[in-house]
Amino acid sequence: MCLDCNCGQPQNHSHDHSHDHSHDHGKKHSHTHLQLGLDLLARNNELAQQNRQRFASSGLTVINLLSSPGSGKTALLERLAKDWAPQHPLAVVVGDLATDNDAQRLRRAGVEAIQITTGQACHLEAAMVQRAVAELQLNELELLVIENVGNLVCPAAYDLGESLRLVMLSVTEGEDKPLKYPSMFQSADLVLISKIDLASAVEFNHGLAHRHIKQVAPAATVLELSAKTGAGMEQLYGLLQQGRGG
Amino acid sequence: MHELSLMETIRDLALNQAQSHGAARIEAVRLRIGSLAGVEPEALNFAFEVLMANTIGAGARLEIETLPAEWFCAPCARPFRAEDYLGLCPSCGAISRELRQGRELQLTSLELS
Repeated sequence: MCLDCNCGQPQNHSHDHSHDHSHDHGKKHSHTHLQLGLDLLARNNELAQQNRQRFASSGLTVINLLSSPGSGKTALLERLAKDWAPQHPLAVVVGDLATDNDAQRLRRAGVEAIQITTGQACHLEAAMVQRAVAELQLNELELLVIENVGNLVCPAAYDLGESLRLVMLSVTEGEDKPLKYPSMFQSADLVLISKIDLASAVEFNHGLAHRHIKQVAPAATVLELSAKTGAGMEQLYGLLQQGRGG
Repeated sequence: MHELSLMETIRDLALNQAQSHGAARIEAVRLRIGSLAGVEPEALNFAFEVLMANTIGAGARLEIETLPAEWFCAPCARPFRAEDYLGLCPSCGAISRELRQGRELQLTSLELS
């Protein structure tokens, strides 16, 4: 059916177009300056605030867990699932560029896990988290951990609506990581030094690492732990309890 | 690293504005970027060219105004400039927790025709 003139004829009939092509090509185009002043992260911040209100009304502590790839985010959560989740209902939203390997690992550890595959995006955004948590019964949870994409650069700029920002570095990454990625560490409420069981093997300088963290994130709480041996995990559980207001 | 996704936001905002103002072309896009916002102007330029291709903003100028980082030192009760994330007051050495300027990511204006 022809949609050009509503004539009811089949589509391929010919129309007699008699456009008046009398443009003035010599004329100067007028330029308009349009003042905008639009904040590029405004939409994300707005959605993050919605998330935060929703989490608060469910009485939920929400952690944004950030680190380089391979620092042990998923291993930490597996440990949390084993020791802590039986008394304190926990769910995880996990972001990766591809695969749902991490979500599968967490489900095997007995935790409800929702995978967000970001494709090209190097970070999670508040909108992705909002869609993911729609699948969860938030009122039944005590703790929600958002395992961000392994990356110490981009996720720093994106508020997800978390109540606690937890940045982790493993002893194998070097003591100067906080100085190399200051924007990430500066945003941390809690800094975890992971794989502490490997500290002596890599001659990790504890004092130096703590000094560097202090320099960049003076107000952050710092904790050393090992998800493998369980060292330091009790202290973490204590802090999570406090995070819930005791 | 996220310059590409930021630029997608910029492109969408610019095209929407151009359309609602009945513009035929986008001649220039102006941004204001804080020096500690975590984005590289060079990467923004690259993303701009790629993402504006085949739109009414193809070939437009991208003008980036960089804002220097400005901190506030509470003990000294005065602002200071420091282009790193540590925010050490040059007068008293205290660490500032108040970054007053330097994280901006703004689409400030468009030039349309």
